[in-house]
Amino acid sequence: MKTRASNEVTLEFPSRSSNESFARAAAASFAAQMDPTLNELEDIKTAVSEAVTNAIVHGYPDSIGKVVVKVRICPENTLEVTVRDYGRGIPDVDKARQPMFTTGGAERSGMGFTIMESFMDRLTVRSVPGKGTSVVMKKRLAPRLKAAK
Amino acid sequence: MEINAKSADRQLLLELSGEIDHHGARDALRELELAVDAALPARLVLDLAGVTFMDSSGIALILRAQQRMQMLDGSVLVCHVPPQARRVLDAAGVGRLVTIR
Repeated sequence: MKTRASNEVTLEFPSRSSNESFARAAAASFAAQMDPTLNELEDIKTAVSEAVTNAIVHGYPDSIGKVVVKVRICPENTLEVTVRDYGRGIPDVDKARQPMFTTGGAERSGMGFTIMESFMDRLTVRSVPGKGTSVVMKKRLAPRLKAAK
Repeated sequence: MEINAKSADRQLLLELSGEIDHHGARDALRELELAVDAALPARLVLDLAGVTFMDSSGIALILRAQQRMQMLDGSVLVCHVPPQARRVLDAAGVGRLVTIR
């Protein structure tokens, strides 16, 4: 069941690595309206960077395809980020989530999912080989006292 | 990202700055390897003071530096790690493999 979002944004871009910095900056910039701490903002940026990089590197290893990032502000001060690709898919999600596992070569560390798990509260990965992968990450931001007017 | 190299007394200092992500990772790896191969240092210092953002691509870079230095029987020191990059390294347990100060 989908929770209702009070605000949301959808970004769609081709899987070019030059869009990685755009995607994480845009997601963090949208999340800024929730009045996050600097640490929370950096955590969101980092997790989005990992998810988008995965979509680019593993979703479309030898082609350029569509990547969709949806950022939603949900009840209880919770941010939900979905990163979707329509690429190759992951044959074994559990294996892919293991630390140090990578099919990405020397410039990848295999720590992407580990970072997403540790920087966000919940991580759900759904993948269908040949159809693509969807990564949903949720983070509840610490309640902050509103400044007295 | 940018890498500024300074070499003296068999110590190679690489000052990394800017954003370390997958987009720049391949060039950064090549630059790092070229610098190490040219200097053949006994000690490699990676100074992250100027890093404004780092994701797991930075882990791959540091681990590659470590491998390269092991081949030379040398050591790696990572220093001046900003808080965000530090959380990335800690989440991956990189401190168990490389000296971070």
